[in-house]
Amino acid sequence: MLGKTAGGLYWMFRSLERAENTARLIEAGFRIALTRSTTAEAEWQSVISTLAAQQAYEAICEGYDSAQVVNFLLREPSNPSSVLSIIKSARDNARLVRTALTTEVWCAVNETWMLFTDLLKDEIPQTELPAVLATIRQQSGLVRGALHGTMLRNDIYDFCRLGTFVERMDNTARIIDVKYYSLLPAPSFVGSRLDNVQWETILRSVSAHRSFRWAVEEDFTAPAIAEFLILDRRMPRSLAFSAGQIVNSLSHMAEDYGSRQASHDMADALRARLVNPDIHSIFEEGLHQFVNGVINSTACLAQQIEIDYRFKG
Amino acid sequence: MKNDNAHFSEMHTSDGGPRRPYVGYDAWFAKQNNERFAKKSQEAEAFFRRTGITFNVYGQHDAEERLIPFDLVPRIISSREWTKLSKGIEQRIRALNAFLHDIYNRQEILRAGVIPIDLIAQNDAFLPEMMDFSPPGNIYTHIVGTDIVRTGEDDFFVLEDNVRTPSGVSYMLENRETMLQMFPELFSTIPVQPVSDYPKNLRRSLEASSPRGCTGRPCVAILTPGIHNSAYYEHSFLADQMGVELVEGHDLQVVDGHIAMRTTKGYKTIDVLYRRVDDEYLDPLTFNPGSMLGVPGIMDVYRAGNITIANAPGTGVADDKAVYSYIPDIIKFYTGEPAILKNVETFRCSESKSLQYVLDNLADLVVKEVHGSGGYGMLVGPAASKQELSDFAGKLRARPGNYIAQPTLSLSTVPIFTDSGLAPRHVDLRPFALVSPNGVNITSGGLTRVALKEGSLVVNSSQGGGTKDTWVLED
Repeated sequence: MLGKTAGGLYWMFRSLERAENTARLIEAGFRIALTRSTTAEAEWQSVISTLAAQQAYEAICEGYDSAQVVNFLLREPSNPSSVLSIIKSARDNARLVRTALTTEVWCAVNETWMLFTDLLKDEIPQTELPAVLATIRQQSGLVRGALHGTMLRNDIYDFCRLGTFVERMDNTARIIDVKYYSLLPAPSFVGSRLDNVQWETILRSVSAHRSFRWAVEEDFTAPAIAEFLILDRRMPRSLAFSAGQIVNSLSHMAEDYGSRQASHDMADALRARLVNPDIHSIFEEGLHQFVNGVINSTACLAQQIEIDYRFKG
Repeated sequence: MKNDNAHFSEMHTSDGGPRRPYVGYDAWFAKQNNERFAKKSQEAEAFFRRTGITFNVYGQHDAEERLIPFDLVPRIISSREWTKLSKGIEQRIRALNAFLHDIYNRQEILRAGVIPIDLIAQNDAFLPEMMDFSPPGNIYTHIVGTDIVRTGEDDFFVLEDNVRTPSGVSYMLENRETMLQMFPELFSTIPVQPVSDYPKNLRRSLEASSPRGCTGRPCVAILTPGIHNSAYYEHSFLADQMGVELVEGHDLQVVDGHIAMRTTKGYKTIDVLYRRVDDEYLDPLTFNPGSMLGVPGIMDVYRAGNITIANAPGTGVADDKAVYSYIPDIIKFYTGEPAILKNVETFRCSESKSLQYVLDNLADLVVKEVHGSGGYGMLVGPAASKQELSDFAGKLRARPGNYIAQPTLSLSTVPIFTDSGLAPRHVDLRPFALVSPNGVNITSGGLTRVALKEGSLVVNSSQGGGTKDTWVLED
């Protein structure tokens, strides 16, 4: 496979994952804006910083009014991470690697792009927003389904999966990073049940507000939520789960290519940090430092993958 | 449907009945209803869009990617007509390859005075870098798409030879695929020759043209300028259908005297490169130094015989419109036979007598730039306003050598499906030929382009033309 193709597949799936995550963050933010209007501004601000879009946002917008933020995140052409920009870039990458994709996967991505270009043509009125966000998640599921259902399990598939989980790892870590203070086991945050708005939005941001209840028998406590998001290997958006998937894809490739690379060792080390500890030792180390460390290691790993597999000349 | 008699209708005779190749289709069509047909037409468009069968139009921001409209009524050619056409095309292609080899080696045709030296010496497409070099099998043009027009029952003319990097073959294949999906019943009753072997034959043909030193199965790749090129869809389609890599210049570099592509496992040597990048951009060290699309040093590798480039650099010298006017002489010179397919009568404006004739009859002629393509920069006399005619006359006087003129041909028509039923429209035909040391292979079919506007003679997709599936019948 061409190095360029590997890079195209990887970035295509990073983009698709990012679009889905952005939609989920908007959904969580929108819910707060509807139910607790006083905290809405602060919530939107943290959504923007979770997406590392502060600079781009403040360059063209003032204040954190819902409609404005939503428009920026969904449609703004100067925002390279807006859903529209990102779907365009995913589709460009898909065209670039067209020969590596099954017709089903290509058509799913192409249709998604056509649909969004039309759907996000004009500003989205509040009443339409839930439907639009649902469509984004649906389309994302369609592409994923086509990938699982039709692609050969070879290195092409591995690069797609790597892109997905590097992006997801980064996204979940950022969500925790921006709100780490609300997850500290400090007495002032111990609310009753889901009274804590922050906890609820964190869980909604990773579509886990229901699964948490099913998976964790404990009551809602900060350490329980932190543990769920960081260490729970059953939770498909947790750091441990994502790290496990990255290691799996890389070890398939080591087998396939008959050689291990520097990125494989980095991925193993990253997973080891997420497998052994219990949540209390992480609190002792400092939650903020720990999550920051994960974000940095993920970025280094991503760079090393690009080098090991010659994405660029 | 009544025939207007002014143009040859390929489907209907003057009394309105079907011509022989169309008998089966006509009977089937009579049983269709318009509504179902209109719905099929929409289905076809949705299919093309979803699959991403689009082309990019340069200089149009909004409509970055457009569909080429597809008409559901096939263009049908009898096996007898096809036999003559394919014989004529093969003869032409053999002569053109012999011509190219001669021009880049002994130049006997110039010494014999059959064509003027200026035609080559003053030709931008002539590449001195190709002198005294022979590609494998002396083949320069491996992939050809000859443009043919028809004006009567037995009157076929070659309009252009397209020996550089002809495009459109993906439409030939996709159009057939679409027809098979839409109207499977047609193909069980009418014996249509298949076109689906083209990608397999293309790969075979390219492999057979690999460099002499190549051992094992040759590695073939397609070189594309990238996703913004107007024919990118076709490039990726062909790579996919052949099962070969689609590369860009920045994927390639010279490694140990060969061209190699950067893969996830390291560099891998390419033996045959089907390039869809123009000569000028192929090698920044030899040609345009600003080119980001090519591979620095590929010409040295080529001349050392370590890679086959298809089509060869410099083939353009055989298909500009001034050389075109000499093709009958060129065929005679290399094959000793008269041309099987006719040329369109062509006036070279570089000759003062012809120039005068062209200026006097501008309103009846089609004038083209010698190096132009895609229907750009041409004047269709009968359709032009007085102002346009006089503007163009000025251009002609300023640079006569830049133009040739041809009579306006009364192009044949094939009906298209419109809201009010069938309506005749002008068509041309581009069959696709593959050339290797093993011989010439012409796919029984081709791309039929159709001018969708009533009365229009311009079939180019960049100027609002559409396409049709092209059927060549079995005997």
